[in-house]
Order: sequence, then C-alpha cells, then structure tokens
Amino acid sequence: MDVLAALKNFSAKEEVLRRLVTPEIEAAVAKIPKPVGSFGFDAWGYNEDQFKVGLAGAKWLYDHYFKVQAFGLENIPRNGRVLIIPNHSGQLPMDGVLIGAACATNPHGPRAARAMIERFFPTVPWLGNLLNAWGGVIGDPVNCAKMLDTEEAIIVFPEGVRGSGKLYKDRYQLQRFGNGFMHLAINHATPIVPCGVVGCEETMPALYNIAPLAKVLGIPYAPIAPLFPLPARVVLNFGKPLHFKPVKTEEEVTERVEQVKAEIRRLIDKGMQERPSLY
Amino acid sequence: MAVEKKKAAPAKKKTVLVTGAGGALAKRVISRLHGRYNVVAVDFRRKVETDAGIPSYKVEIEKRGFEDIFLNHKIDAVLHIGRIFAHEYSRDRRYNANVLGTKRLFELCKKYGVGQVIVHSTYYVYGASAYNPALLDEDHPLKASEVTMDLVDSVELESLANIYLWKHPELNITILRPCNVLGPGVRNSMSLLLSRPYTPVLLGFSPMMQFLHVDDMADAMVLAFDQNKPGIYNVAPDDYVPYQRAVEECGCKKLPILSVPPSLPKMVSSLLNWNAFFPPYLINYFKYPVVLDGSLFNKTFGFKPKRNLNDIFTFYRKNKLISD
Repeated sequence: MDVLAALKNFSAKEEVLRRLVTPEIEAAVAKIPKPVGSFGFDAWGYNEDQFKVGLAGAKWLYDHYFKVQAFGLENIPRNGRVLIIPNHSGQLPMDGVLIGAACATNPHGPRAARAMIERFFPTVPWLGNLLNAWGGVIGDPVNCAKMLDTEEAIIVFPEGVRGSGKLYKDRYQLQRFGNGFMHLAINHATPIVPCGVVGCEETMPALYNIAPLAKVLGIPYAPIAPLFPLPARVVLNFGKPLHFKPVKTEEEVTERVEQVKAEIRRLIDKGMQERPSLY
Repeated sequence: MAVEKKKAAPAKKKTVLVTGAGGALAKRVISRLHGRYNVVAVDFRRKVETDAGIPSYKVEIEKRGFEDIFLNHKIDAVLHIGRIFAHEYSRDRRYNANVLGTKRLFELCKKYGVGQVIVHSTYYVYGASAYNPALLDEDHPLKASEVTMDLVDSVELESLANIYLWKHPELNITILRPCNVLGPGVRNSMSLLLSRPYTPVLLGFSPMMQFLHVDDMADAMVLAFDQNKPGIYNVAPDDYVPYQRAVEECGCKKLPILSVPPSLPKMVSSLLNWNAFFPPYLINYFKYPVVLDGSLFNKTFGFKPKRNLNDIFTFYRKNKLISD
C-alpha cells in the first residue's frame, strides 16, 4: 500500500529536484549574502530556486567530471564587492561554470558570483532567461557598475573570446586583456581576486578555427574540436585580493592590468605543478 | 522662520489643474490634493464627475477652448497626467493630442505664469531591447522610437518637456517615468492584460518587470508636487518579478505564442486585433526587460511604496474569483 501511495504522489520533476538539490547545496545557498525581492528575484533575473538547481548540476561536474581542485578559496571575500579575474579557455565557458561552483560552495563563505555573458544570449528563447536565473548578466559596463554598487561578486574574463576561442597550440598563452575591468575596479573601489585556471584548455582542444563558417553562423568562432568537453582535471588557484588606487592616464591603467596578468600567469604556473595528471 | 510664517495671514490656496481627470491615477491624485488646494479637473474624453467645489471640464488640450480655463481660473500649477493611450484612437490623433497638445499646454503655462508643472511619462520611452542593462538611470538614452513608430509620441512628449525644463526654469517642470502602474480602475495595456482570464505570453521569454500600485503612484506624484524639485525621475520599486510569474500570480491562464521568428508574435497580435492589451508595438516589452533604477526619486523625495507585489497581484486574482 505504501508503495502505491508513494507512486500516486510521485512527481518526476520533484524527484529529480530532490536528488539534485542536496542539503549541502541548500545550506550553501542559504548562507549566500545576496538580497532578492519578494518573489526571490533580483533586478537582473537571478532566482534563488533556479540557482540551486543550476549549482547542483555544476557541482556534480565540479566533483565528478572535472575533479576540480581549488586553492586559495579563503582569498574570496565573504561579502562586499569583488571582481574575480581569471584566464579564459576551452571554447565553451566551462571555466566560468566551475569558478561559479567554487564560489557558491566556498567553505570560507559562499558567494553567488555573477558571470558576464555574451550579448546574443538574451535573444535565445529559454536559454536567455535560464542564464539570467543562474546569475549570468549581459556584459554591459552599466550592469557591472550597478552590481558592484550593490556589493556583488562578479567574474570577468578580460580576454573574452580571444581567450576562449584560441587553438590548442596556443594553450596557456594569455591573450590581450581588455582594460574595462581595471576601470571598474578603480572607479568602484573594488578588490580584484586573480584566478589561474588550469585544465580547461584540455577539455576542448581545438585544432583549427573555421572562421568563414563562424561568420556565416554569426558566432564568435567555429572550432574543429571534440563535440563535448573532455573530462580533463581542472585546478583553480585564487590569488590574494589586489587593491588599486585611482590613476590618471590609460597608460597607467594598462600597467596595472599587466600586474594582474602577471599574477594570473604565476597562478597558472602554480596550478600546472599541482595538477596530478591531465585526465 | 516657519512659525512666523504661520502667524501671518493664511496664504491663498493655490489652484491646481489636473489633466486626464477621468483616469484612476488622476482621481486619486485629486482626492489627495482636494482641500489643501483648489483643484480644476480636465479630461478630453468626458466631463468627469467630481466632488463639490472641483470644477470639471471636458476639453481637448490641443483645441482653443482649453485657454478659457486659464482665463477663468488663476492656475498656479499643472499636473499633466492625461494622455491618450496607445490603444486609443489612431497614431495621428494620438500624436496631435499627446505632443502638440502638451506643447500648447506648456505655452499656456508660460503665458499665464504657472509656477509648477508635473509631467506623467512612462518607462516605455527607454525602449525594450535585448541589450538593455538592468536598473536604467534617468540619463539612459530613450530608444523607444528605434523599436516602433507607435511610441514616437511618448518620446517626443518627453523631449518637449525637456526643452521647456531647461529653457523655462520658472515652470519648474518635473518629469516622472513610472514603471507599470496597476490597481483598481487602471485602464492601461498592462492592467487590461492582467485582468483577462487568458493572457498571451511569448514562449521562452519572461522579462523582469516592476509594478507599482496606483495608490503608491498617486502618493509619489503628490510628494513630487509638494516638494517641487524639478528634474527627471524614474518611479519604480526595488522589487522585481518575471512577466510570466506576474501572469500566474494574477490568476491568468497563459496563452503561449511562438516567439520565433521574431515577426510572428507581432503578426498574431495584429491579426487578432489585440490592440488594447497586447499591441504589436509593445511585443518587445514582453520579450526584453526595461528595469528602472528608482533610487534617485526615492532619495530625493523620501518615497517608499506601501503596497508590495503580492498586494498588487491579489486585486487581479480576487477579481477573477468574483467573476467566475
């Protein structure tokens, strides 16, 4: 009879949710210092309940697929504004997902880190809203400034598609960094936490970029690469927060960007040595 | 200083002209001003029933008869709430009333020495685009006319008000850009939409929205009027909900519309003549967010909405239960 009663009340959706959203996830999200409105949403469409589901999926990838090792998590401030600046690689933004999962389940104080997403995502049905609900926001300087003013944690990849779209032969070579993040950090008195990502280069080694195809499809790049990310081991290294004082010229801004770049390079080298094996 | 002032002979009550007096918002504003001010009510649709002591006129502001009101009453301030909604009348008629009519109103204000004007604008002026950041400030470009010709009058009304704001500081113009205003008696597109049993939604799109109760909007307008700090202000709460969730909370059943290709929802709307509640030129506002930062208004005037989202939605939900 119990089985029958249980079957009667069975809901596939709830069952999946129950298994995905573990008590650990619930506890971590409950501790995140993130204000939301009366229906659990913020101005950019972040939603606590959907974030839990997304985090559950990301955490599974984090623990079991990419077997991530994270060091220096104590360097991410427990609250208050912060810019997390990593290197970018691996065609798909898996590095963003894994850094987000590391921040949200940080034992030293979880954060819901916001990732800047490409501008075409809001035009894609369902996906646009879903990415917003998980914390993604289109990479607009106004968005970034407003979020820093409300004490959010933001992940910015200053290399953009130059980093994620590079070929396997160029792996671990940092591409040109945009200066936008440094202006934001300086203007909004925000600490920068540099992050070195090792392993994402090996998840999708790209041999060649079919540029004409990318142009036709209206996407940033069209690589010849594995169809799905390979289970490479990923090592994340978060560095100590860097603080920068206001400067006058763009040249001085670029100098400070180079400092961050050098620190990321150091963190990548550290991660290379800590990585036990490629896969 | 203040005490001394009180002892002096009681100042003559100011006379306030309120346009669009038949609307839900104007009615509430009038009842808040009545007693403290001499109110004159004007509506272009009909002669509005008002309380004793409130003269009421049916006149179109772009017509000559409008000036007689300024001749018969010494108008000290104008609350320009009245405007023809996008679903009323044709585009030309609307343009004449909203843009040319407002220009005429400003000219009359200048001529008859009106000392304060409040202009009721709308968040539609920002335009709904996929690239909109959230929490738009007042200085964000107004892109509504880029999206559709049907909102040109809203944008032009604003630029007109802006010109007069800088050229004629003695008019003390305050422009208010509210988010969606809802509540009993409100007849704008969003309110009509959420009053329906079946409400169209675009499959896969549910933009963040802000809603303000019409009573809170009336409070906001009276605050802006009492404190007289000219400028442009967004009026919006710091609470957000996706459109499709609002539809559910209002007790509406969703009527899903295919959203790809992008021209399809517009076609559906014009074919079925959904002009009143889901007009083709507003489709983008159900697809992409226009989220306002209302903090400037809140700080400047000490405003905080008293009714939350649930209070607002409950009205629509209950109404459906009654009609069932």
